[in-house]
Amino acid sequence: MSKKVLSGILRPAARVKGGVPVAHKKNTAELPVERMPAPESVVIPMLQHIGAHCVPRVKRGDKVAVGQLIADSDKYVSAPIHATISGTVNKIGETVLPHGVIVPSILIESDGEMRLFEGLEPPKVNNKEDFIQAVRQSGLVGLGGAGFPTHVKLNIPADKEVDTLVINVAECEPFITVDYRESMENSWDILSGVYTIKEFLGLKNVIIAVEDNKPDALAELKKIADAQSNLDGGVKVMALKSRYPQGAEKMLVLAATGRKVPPGKLPADIGCLVMNVATVAFIARYLKSGKPLVSRSLTVDGSAVANPKNVRVALGTNIGDIFDFCGGFKVEPYKIITGGPMMGLAIIGTDLPVIKQNNALLALDQKAYKFKKERDCIRCGRCVTACPMGLMPALIARYAEADEAHKLEHTGVTVCMECGSCAYDCPSAIPLVQHMRLAKSKLAAYKAKQ
Amino acid sequence: MVLDKKLTVSASPHVRSSVTTTGIMLDVIIAMIPALIAAVVFFGPRVLGLTAVTVITAVLSEYVSRKAMKRHGTLGDLSAVVTGMLLAFNLPATMPFWMAAIGSVVAIVVVKQFFGGIGMNYVNPALIGRIVLFVSFPTAMTNWVAAGAWHKGGVDTITTATPMAQLKEVFTGGNFDKIGEIVEPGLGEMLMGKHGASLGEVCAIALIIGGLYLLIRGVISPIIPLTYVGSVALIMLVAGRGNLQFVAYQVLGGGLLLGAIFMATDYTTSPVNPKGKVIFAIGCGVLTSVIRLYGNIPEGVSFAIIIMNILVPHIENITTPKPFGTPKEEKAAKEGDK
Repeated sequence: MSKKVLSGILRPAARVKGGVPVAHKKNTAELPVERMPAPESVVIPMLQHIGAHCVPRVKRGDKVAVGQLIADSDKYVSAPIHATISGTVNKIGETVLPHGVIVPSILIESDGEMRLFEGLEPPKVNNKEDFIQAVRQSGLVGLGGAGFPTHVKLNIPADKEVDTLVINVAECEPFITVDYRESMENSWDILSGVYTIKEFLGLKNVIIAVEDNKPDALAELKKIADAQSNLDGGVKVMALKSRYPQGAEKMLVLAATGRKVPPGKLPADIGCLVMNVATVAFIARYLKSGKPLVSRSLTVDGSAVANPKNVRVALGTNIGDIFDFCGGFKVEPYKIITGGPMMGLAIIGTDLPVIKQNNALLALDQKAYKFKKERDCIRCGRCVTACPMGLMPALIARYAEADEAHKLEHTGVTVCMECGSCAYDCPSAIPLVQHMRLAKSKLAAYKAKQ
Repeated sequence: MVLDKKLTVSASPHVRSSVTTTGIMLDVIIAMIPALIAAVVFFGPRVLGLTAVTVITAVLSEYVSRKAMKRHGTLGDLSAVVTGMLLAFNLPATMPFWMAAIGSVVAIVVVKQFFGGIGMNYVNPALIGRIVLFVSFPTAMTNWVAAGAWHKGGVDTITTATPMAQLKEVFTGGNFDKIGEIVEPGLGEMLMGKHGASLGEVCAIALIIGGLYLLIRGVISPIIPLTYVGSVALIMLVAGRGNLQFVAYQVLGGGLLLGAIFMATDYTTSPVNPKGKVIFAIGCGVLTSVIRLYGNIPEGVSFAIIIMNILVPHIENITTPKPFGTPKEEKAAKEGDK
């Protein structure tokens, strides 16, 4: 990175230990987001976030328009769902989500018009409560991949004092470039979103944190931070070291502020709020237009894809259709992943809809998929060095396999975020993430029994 | 597009680094090649025969014992080859082949496979192989030949004292000023390998080259070799009343470099965490020094490493890292419990 770009850009406040140097493979970085034509039909699952399912508010035969509320929940941790194309509700069926959960879904047949719902208008926002209510109405969830309802995150409990907003533009997963594109194409939306949140939540500092493998994004976002409205100098841009998993919430907070989130706590407990850059930009657009979350950008890439692209698609679009839009497969795919290759979910077929938290679709062929033979653990300690959470994955795996749940209590396995660094660098190709999940469930069962 | 067959699914991550167990073992083998070449130069072609015997016996033992125990084959990881080579490195060039073969069988079958194979043995197999041979055949195991003697006559004809025995004389007699007379090889010869020693120990330079290769390839961390050698040097500095020559002989002589670079760094039998590695290596250094200075035998590297190997689980218990973000007070409280 050139010296010129670096001037005025913060260096990380603390060193993040562990992690692995994954290949970046940002092949689609310079491809502007292309809008995919509206599909003939969409399937909209009732769970596109962390929290409670939504319940359909429409029935078969109803006419719906883009942005119209079609499902909601009366539970607090949930986000309403809107029609993403205009047309007719054809069926209320069921969909198996990538993580194996079966949820009801609404199938809408397009009328080809993409008519906007008439009742849409910019929300009237005068105070914090209005703002959070508006965010809820928009159906927004964290667009970085986790899918946590944004209104819940913004509604910080009164006993917690949050002073710093960290905007996540780390994008440390290989292949994915949508956050980079958002920074390059919609930087003024980001600016507007950042100030809105800062103002309504009364935050002192904003740190826009970008991995240093994206110098252009750093420069563009710096331009925003230097804009007139930043008179108090509260918005700063930081260049993070490019190392996986720099974008994980706890790692990001440490690098941005030097604060460590204790086990079992949230960033809010140490005064931080972390938001993905696309989520912030969406808030700005929603406040201006009143158009809820009905589409999103995603990176389509991988060795099996003919024309890798960044595309903007209507939520509920069939994944197979998206691959077709990207020229189909040039070789037979071996694995298809929703999300990044480090933490994404492998799916068994392409007949699935895109949901709110999907930020990438990757198709890898067998040759590109490095196959290592699984062997016995040699205690080399690479998993321990790689673990950003300070755990000993091989030891945890051994306890889990040997069914020694009582020993798991003191291993700290519950703080594991399943980033996959341990398994990535394991010379014996032991599926450590799977073992961590096994260990967590065995520990939970053991604790429940006590 | 609808695919006609179902895709492969598995837990994340879906990409992996290129490091493999076989690759790591191969790197260790490559790192041992300079020392092997040095041994051939100084002790003659019999060295190759001896190494071949230990390696082939080790590989066969591994194959047969895995078969007999009805477990999956593990020859592909190359760890048996490494053990065989390391054992050969610990023998004098004159060692009868059949005795060397017994060492390999003990190392692989008793020490490694009886405890579950690679990653499960709690002591270094090659070192136990060496110690068993040392106890069983003390004469053959101390039949040192002078380096380069094979040019002049058969290797069996000339025996010599090792510098280690001579160094002990210096220490017990307190004749540090006469060290140059009592210890036969000069320091330059010690560095290059012109002295009586076992195969792998002979050439310090070759061992250091191998160690650097392992460091560059990321196979070993520098903590154990540096701490081990450093603590021996420090103790010898005190014991030798500041005589630097004495320190240099202690560092270059015997099995210290071989042990510190290739044996004490064995993944399976050394601690995983950096703090543990330091404790382990200091322990190795102290024990090696004590045995060298006060023991019945002139060399203590093997016993020192073996003893520390046995202590590894305890070292691990007191050096387990605390999960990310554990508050300082809690950390202190937990450590207080122990």
